Amino acid sequence: MNTKVTLSGLTLDNPIIPASGTFGFGREFARFYDLDVLGSFCLKGTTREPRYGNPTPRIAETPSGMLNAVGLQNPGIDKVISEELPAVAKIFHKPVVANLSGFSIDEFVHCAALMDKQDQVGILEINISCPNVHHGGMAFGMLPESAAEVTREVRAVTKKPIYIKLSPNAADIAAVAVACENAGADGVSLINTLLGMRINMRTRKPLLANTTGGLSGPAVFPVAVRMVYQVAKAVSIPIMGMGGVSTAADVIEMMMAGATAVQVGAANLRDPYACPRIIADLPNEMKKYGIENLSDIIGAAL
Amino acid sequence: MSEQAIFTILENRALTADMYCLVLTGPTAAITAPGQFVNILIDGLYLRRPISICDWSVNTITLLYRVVGEGTKKLAAMPVHAKLDVLVGLGNGYTLPDEVKSPLLVGGGAGVPPMYALAKAFLAKGITPTVVLGFRNEDDIFYKDEFEALGVKLLLALGSTFVTDRIREDKPDYDYFYACGPEPMLKALSEQTVTSGQLSFEERMGCGFGACMGCTCKTKYGNKRICTDGPVLVKEEIIW
Repeated sequence: MNTKVTLSGLTLDNPIIPASGTFGFGREFARFYDLDVLGSFCLKGTTREPRYGNPTPRIAETPSGMLNAVGLQNPGIDKVISEELPAVAKIFHKPVVANLSGFSIDEFVHCAALMDKQDQVGILEINISCPNVHHGGMAFGMLPESAAEVTREVRAVTKKPIYIKLSPNAADIAAVAVACENAGADGVSLINTLLGMRINMRTRKPLLANTTGGLSGPAVFPVAVRMVYQVAKAVSIPIMGMGGVSTAADVIEMMMAGATAVQVGAANLRDPYACPRIIADLPNEMKKYGIENLSDIIGAAL
Repeated sequence: MSEQAIFTILENRALTADMYCLVLTGPTAAITAPGQFVNILIDGLYLRRPISICDWSVNTITLLYRVVGEGTKKLAAMPVHAKLDVLVGLGNGYTLPDEVKSPLLVGGGAGVPPMYALAKAFLAKGITPTVVLGFRNEDDIFYKDEFEALGVKLLLALGSTFVTDRIREDKPDYDYFYACGPEPMLKALSEQTVTSGQLSFEERMGCGFGACMGCTCKTKYGNKRICTDGPVLVKEEIIW
């Protein structure tokens, strides 16, 4: 049985990639298992300057999922390159996906140009869909025009494959995806979290200090499958599908909807072994559905 | 070094109206210091529930927890012999510096449990700590007998008499302090104490093992994750 998939020329042993923001820079999980079992992994979202992020509480539980409003806490691109990447090289021996966020097009371009020079980085994931920061973040991902502009400018400074991470909060995610494709994106990643909120009934105030947060976990899985399917129908570039994936069966379903690779997010926080468990279960699950080559089922439902 | 394991419930009983004692059996080698915590997966809930360790042996963990919400309510309803998926040995825990000869241990309410293992750790070094415990009222007192059985100097603060009042009145000798409890208690204690000390903090967590950045706080020594760089911080680094 073959679990290999190819993403913009990069062949992965399996399609499983821990999603940005749920995996830090890998070292917390390296205490639990050998990271080399993964297809790849997405680094914590990185910005030009170091960011503390939002005040706490940043986390709230929801039915079958969670809200987070971390707000892109990260040490900044210079430290990520000088300290985190060398540390990642010691615990993971395959190309990684670098996730970049920005508050201006300038910032995306600056970070992408620096990451372009890093041999360890196989793919740049351009996050235009963070719902937890103001001025920037998700704003670029809401409309096709602004998404295309970010894509075009980043395209101009890197030869590495660029995947634009899309927001489910956009009015028409397929239109945003098409705009990215036309502007030179090698692929798209979806979905980022859905905007949500909860209220602390004792204090009668929003539970999260940021008022709103991004919803993830199994609760969003069917939304993610639907959006991956709609985007897959609209574009011909590969898709990294994500949103509530927790099992090998979810991975197969996401791939049938049109994903070439599948990112696992919130599940890592609930169960640090989520990814190796999914990878170990994949062959059994493939057998169940008569799948010999996992790549054969990409977009099977389209 | 944290690890995941399946534990079996040996005991799960009410100590007061809302404090429960949960004794689990399973591998405990990952626990290295008093003040560490475990993170328990509860059926039907997405995120694990972090609970501080009260005591442990080679194959048991004792957790005292307050029923405050859906998770702890479900936990309180779990029967003996039931299995729990637990991440063990999380957090930094308290350290016992050699120069500490007369420690003051202060626990308030749900912050009382970690003081038990800490008191035992000092006694094992031949040092008898003074323990000050704060409860809302007479009915809320738990583990008094257990602390007395250890042979520590025990002071209780009840109701409107706060632990800080009790310390002011009784003037126990101490050269270092340890605390766990509500944040206003920690702050008042930090202002009143004349020595250095270690304080344990609470925050809502996503993972409990340092990955999600959900529980970050600012300290004078930089950003720290309560779950991994804490929950214990030293007095001098805390920004109130």
